[in-house]
Formats: sequence, C-alpha cells, structure tokens
Amino acid sequence: MKIPAELLYTKSHEWVRRESAEVLVGITEHAQQELRDVVFAELPAVGRVVAQGEAVAVVESVKAAFDIYAPVSGRITRANVALTKTPQLINQDCYGAGWMFAINPSVTDEFAALLSPSDYGKQLETQAH
Amino acid sequence: MTETPTRRTALHLRHRALNARMTEFHGWDMPLYYSSILEEHKAVREALGLFDISHMGQVLVSGRDAVATLDALMTSDFTQVGLNRACYTLMLNEQGGIVDDLIVYRIGESEFLVIVNCGNRESDVAWLCAHSTGQTEITDISQGRSILAVQGPRASRILESFLDAKVAGLARFGIAPIRTMGPEACIARTGYTGSDGFELFVPDNHAQKLWDAILSESRSSGGLPIGLGARDTLRVEAGLRLYGTDMNDATTPYEVGLGWTVAIHKTDFIGKAALVRQQAQGLTRKFVGFELAQGPVPRQGCELSVDGRRVGVVTSGTYSLMLQKPLGMGYIEPTLAVSGTKLSLTVRNQRYEATVVKLPFWQPAGAKSKLSVNAKQLGAEKTHE
Repeated sequence: MKIPAELLYTKSHEWVRRESAEVLVGITEHAQQELRDVVFAELPAVGRVVAQGEAVAVVESVKAAFDIYAPVSGRITRANVALTKTPQLINQDCYGAGWMFAINPSVTDEFAALLSPSDYGKQLETQAH
Repeated sequence: MTETPTRRTALHLRHRALNARMTEFHGWDMPLYYSSILEEHKAVREALGLFDISHMGQVLVSGRDAVATLDALMTSDFTQVGLNRACYTLMLNEQGGIVDDLIVYRIGESEFLVIVNCGNRESDVAWLCAHSTGQTEITDISQGRSILAVQGPRASRILESFLDAKVAGLARFGIAPIRTMGPEACIARTGYTGSDGFELFVPDNHAQKLWDAILSESRSSGGLPIGLGARDTLRVEAGLRLYGTDMNDATTPYEVGLGWTVAIHKTDFIGKAALVRQQAQGLTRKFVGFELAQGPVPRQGCELSVDGRRVGVVTSGTYSLMLQKPLGMGYIEPTLAVSGTKLSLTVRNQRYEATVVKLPFWQPAGAKSKLSVNAKQLGAEKTHE
C-alpha cells in the first residue's frame, strides 16, 4: 500500500499535502482501492469556508457515494476540475492528478490532529485485522 | 453473541479462492465483485462472464393440471408455451400487485421449472401451494442444485467446446437437458444481462467442475467471474426491472411496463379483475428510463421533478459503461412518460437535467430487429413503453 512519506493523513482516508499558502487534499490509495470504480466526483465551490471534519466533497463509485471531509478548517481555494470529465483519475493517480481540492488553512494548530504516514499505516493494519 | 448464519452456495470456496469481495444478499453470502464492477461488466459485454446465481430458487410445478395452475396463478398464457421453451411472467395478488417475476421453463408436457427470486423463495412456494388447482405438485428443488449463468458474445462458443448439448443451436428462451449431469440438469438460453447467454441448472456435485472448466476455457479470450455488483449494472443498462427495487406487491404490470407479459384475454387469473379495472381507469404512474449527459449516479429514492414540482421517484440507477453516462429508471406521471421529456433529478440537494429515453438503454448490435419481431408475436407493442 502506497503511503507517501511527505503527506499527512486523516482517519477517514484523506491525504494532505502542505504547500506554501494552501494544502492539497485527496483520497488515499487504500480509499481508492476500496471504492474501486469511481464514476463521479462532486467538488466544493471555490471560496467556500469549511470546518475541519466537515463533509465537503463526494466521490461516487458504481455502487455507492462517499463523503470526503475537510482535513483542516479554511477557505477552498481551488478544486480539481479535471475530475468533472475524468473522475477515474482518482483511481489512476490518487496522490497526483487525482487530487480533489485545496484549502487555505485558517487554524494552523489543527495539523497536530492529522496522522503521520506511520500512524496512518498502523491504522490500516489495525483495520485489516 | 450469535451471528445470523448466512447461506452459502456450492461454489463458496471458489469465490473465496478468487478473492471475491463478499456481500450479504437476502441471507446469502454472495460475491459482490472479484476484480472491479466495471471490468466485469465489460467482460460480459465483450467476451464472457461467469456468474454463480445458485441463490435463486428452483421450483418444480408438475402434474396433470400444471398448465391450469400456472394459467390461474400467472399472467402469461401457458397453453402457448411450447415444450423446451421459456417464458418470462408475473405472479399477481388480487389487487394486481406483483408477487414475483419469474422465468418458467416447460421441461415436460406437464412439467415446469420455475425460477423465483431468492428473497421470495419461501413465500412463492407457499403462494403456489395455496393456490394450485386440481392435480398439481409444487416441489422446491433448490436444495442441492446450483445455477451458473454464462453470459456474453463468446458464451456459446466456449460452452460448445465441452458440452454435448448443441449449444449454438439453442434458440433464445429455449432449454435443453444436459444428459451427462443427471436427470434434471438443463441448459437454457436465458439470462439477466441483456447480452446473449445461457443459464445452467445442475446438481451441486457438478457445479465446481463446471465452474472451473468454463473459467479456464474462457480466461484466454477475456472471460471473468462476475459478482452481484456487475449483475446489477448489466441489468439496469439492459432496462431489466429488479423485483423488490423497481416493483413490488403494490406495483401492477402496466405501471412497471410489463403489460406485454399479461394475457388479459385468458379466462381468469389472480389479479385479472384489478388489471381490467386499471385499464379502464388509466394509470397514475408509469415506469420509464432516463439518462444524464453527465453527473452523479441516480440512486433509489432520488426525486424527479419538472419546474420544481415533484413528478416521480427513482427506483434504480447506474453508471453505464457502454453509454458512458449515468442512467436511471423510476416512476413518473404518465403524461410525462414520453421519450425526450426533460426532468430534473435531485441528488444531494442539487438538480441535474435528465431526459426520458426508451428502454432498453442498451442492446447488442443486431438485436433490435429480432426483439421487435418477438414483441409483435407477443402482441406486446401496445402496452410496452
């Protein structure tokens, strides 16, 4: 299972990439494998103010729809519009071209609540048993 | 803590060995998918798919008055069903509501194999027993028997290579015995996918060998094992209704667009009076298919509206691999049930434009002409939207 070392994670299987003024958010390899055939992604509007843990996007596979939660509070600065035409990017490249949205964080100490790659890996192992 | 025991088919270990993602379905532990729903869907449309559908119930209706019993209990005219032929039919209650949809195979002059939905097995058998007439025997023969569905354009060639039955020559909705596998082993050219294909009714002790043989024979030409996930996406794409989802005991055949199964001129059958009444009064809702150019998957319960006014509800939906767009089916006001009508589909408080289209959404190339001939023979055109 690919868990890139430079990212942070949530218990609900989002990944977070910290860049200068914003954080990029997507779903993890584990999540995309669980979902399998992604056929639709609903993205948050740019400018929307979101709270940590709030459901802000939806990924739909053939069988069901899944909420995607904001890993930190802030304002949505960008959404990956490529997913509108090609939602399969989430399956093909979940840590790259399949990113979902970017947030300009408003509360810096919320990052402490996110999981390190090793903690996230441990969570997956516990789930598997 | 005790867990409710789930039933397992004779192929359970095969599913485990293939690493299937399992799911509970009406009390059965069944494969949801093996690899991916879309990959499996594609295999059925382009090559071959192998399904374990042993959860479906198998009931034998036999005896001197078997035809009379079926005629009294189901919507079709069984005097018109020839030997070794199958018939898609409905069983109704007195109100005209659908008790179950079934495939009935005439495997003897007065012997019929009835395939019932697994969720209705016990209640169907009870219903059949309670309403059978004259000298008719109703026997649930599901125990110890398996059903394998082999569906897709390569199905006939693969099966021909190791079954002595003349598979390729079997007509659509025909059935023939497989003599090498016991007295009641049969192969029928039927299915629930919209693609050409077969269903094999065999004793459990033949199921694993057959499963292994079909898989190994077909792997090199794109054959895959198929779970219930793709079974659902395939049947929606083919516009096939699912009992319990698209229809139930409060839905009539006319409402769900299955009026073509009703031989309304038969002397009498359970539900006839209610259907005659409904024909006179007209419908208050009609089952339709609709498509979206793009957007979310229509799910059961989603609202359909026109100009902000609720006009119907979704019962089934999927993302169509063949048409590359979301599809849905559901009930709307009859005046709107016309191809081209624009509807609004509400998903998570957002509205998406949907267009009413003719069912089936998809059918194999070349199937159109054959189907319309069949429909005319059945006098189906009038009631089948």
